[in-house]
Amino acid sequence: MIERLNPSSKDISIAVKDLDFSYGSSPVLKNIQLDIPENGVTSFIGPSGCGKSTLLRCINRMNDEIPSARITRGDIEIGGVNIYDSSVDVVKLRRDVGMVFQKSNPFPRSIYENVAYGLRLRGERDKAVLDQSVEQALHSAALWDEVKDRLQESALGLSGGQQQRLCIARAIAVKPRVVLMDEPCSALDPIATAKVEELIWDLKHAYTFVIVTHNMQQASRVSDKTAFFYMGEVIEFSDTSRMFSNPRFRKTEEYITGRFG
Amino acid sequence: MFNPENLIRKGLPKGHFKDLVVRFVLAGLTYVVVLIAALLFAKIIMDGAPVLFKAKAPFVDFEFLTAKNETLHVFDDAQGNRHQLPASRYNDYLAKYEGAPIFNEQTYSYSGGGIAGPIVGTALLTIGSMVLALFFGVAAAIYLSEYAKQSPFIHAIRLAILNLAGIPSIVFGLFGFSVFVLAVPVITPTPSDRSLLTIPLHINHYVMSFQGWNSSLMAGCATLACMILPVIITASEESLRAVPQGFRDASLAMGATRWQTIRKCVLPFSLPGILTSSLLAITRVAGETAPIMFTAAVAAKDDLPWQGLKSPFDILSSQVQALPYHIYTLAARIPSSEYTRRAQYGSVFVFLLLVASLSVGSMILRAKLRSKLKW
Repeated sequence: MIERLNPSSKDISIAVKDLDFSYGSSPVLKNIQLDIPENGVTSFIGPSGCGKSTLLRCINRMNDEIPSARITRGDIEIGGVNIYDSSVDVVKLRRDVGMVFQKSNPFPRSIYENVAYGLRLRGERDKAVLDQSVEQALHSAALWDEVKDRLQESALGLSGGQQQRLCIARAIAVKPRVVLMDEPCSALDPIATAKVEELIWDLKHAYTFVIVTHNMQQASRVSDKTAFFYMGEVIEFSDTSRMFSNPRFRKTEEYITGRFG
Repeated sequence: MFNPENLIRKGLPKGHFKDLVVRFVLAGLTYVVVLIAALLFAKIIMDGAPVLFKAKAPFVDFEFLTAKNETLHVFDDAQGNRHQLPASRYNDYLAKYEGAPIFNEQTYSYSGGGIAGPIVGTALLTIGSMVLALFFGVAAAIYLSEYAKQSPFIHAIRLAILNLAGIPSIVFGLFGFSVFVLAVPVITPTPSDRSLLTIPLHINHYVMSFQGWNSSLMAGCATLACMILPVIITASEESLRAVPQGFRDASLAMGATRWQTIRKCVLPFSLPGILTSSLLAITRVAGETAPIMFTAAVAAKDDLPWQGLKSPFDILSSQVQALPYHIYTLAARIPSSEYTRRAQYGSVFVFLLLVASLSVGSMILRAKLRSKLKW
């Protein structure tokens, strides 16, 4: 699918280059440098208001929807293509870079229609193709066994954890290459959280995951690399195992050990 | 006798007594309002219901609902029997008993026959204006809440729309008269003498002539639509904003365009709210007299709305009778007597019934849709 971004490359690593970002006149991100590898899980950690969600929303240009938001310097490349280039169609970009939100937001329609939504957007009308894609996406999100007998029932009848996994199924049904997750488990209980984490673990060979989380244990459990944000800057970006065992900076250590944040 | 001191002696604290007084005053005022409404309804129902409902099967006087409005002729025949006949049947009577003497003949305008003309006229005006108002209103609401950036200019527009809601309906009537009746452009080969401006189109002598639509159903619908637009826009905007932002985010993040998102994830979930709020607006449109008296309504019409038309579209450019205006005519333009009461109270009763059923219908619909659509 990334062919839409760069026909010559299968590379889906994300490179954030010298990025400055502000809402109106107040700067939110300062000089962000990140090389997020493909097919892995990268987590963003940091105290509230440090800009990690903002950066996440920059990666699929959801910040375009906010009138005062703008990038003042630098750019983001996915597979070598500058996604803020005027030739990039934001609609196509978002098909490659899916997003799961903090608050699960299934549409008040049937489970089936929720998952089929993105495919229908692209004009897919073949019932067999839709059925197969819906089943596959639900399998991937580890939800199929729980909902296979009630696909036509309202998605709002599902539990909170199931709703969030449904949103993940909905996001991956359109076969993106990158999945951005903004605190996907913050509203879920530990069992539902474990299921979502397991799902990320199972899918990471096929997708590039970027996860914003407030849960230090979660970052250490699921991610390969971790970026620590503080006051709009990336303080430390390294392998998760290394950051949690041997942080390079004192600020990182203080945050990880819960001394602030 | 009620002595407030007794209460105090019984040991009620002073504050308690004050509280009781306030309570009685407030309750009394509330019941005055209820009393006024009850008297109003009782009078109309007592005098109006017998016109429409009959003791014998089929229990409803369908003729009153389906016959056209005519002049009522009241007269005595040679045997001393009193007859009350609408004009058409009066003529039949004269033809049948040719030369028979008639005594004490009196005529009462608008009091004979039924009120089919006003009922259908009001229905057409309501439907037409709602279609127009919904089209423009929902479009404006979508633009304001989904597309427009929240700039001072947009705030000014919102304020203007709210102000529009406070304008008296007679002003809308005069506005409609000066714009839709006298000034809007029509395309015609034969412009009227009082056309404000004609622009030749160079197609078979057709010109665009700014001469207005005359007093017509079209002009009435447009005027009523203008009057109801602010209500529709405000209600639609509220319904649109009630749709959680999460739906929009989810849809956009999956690569939907803005319009796809609005069409599939916002409008379907806000449409029930828009429609039920609009149903309440209908009762206002159906009840207004002032906006239509210069733009669409006539007191008397020989044909029913659908009669005497060359094509179905002619109905748009013809004048219609309307229930509120008909009631005004019956009340203010003709001397009241025992023979006019049937038409007067019957019309008011039917009108009340129509508006009440619309209100109740919209309330039921709203409750049903609300319970069905939750997130």
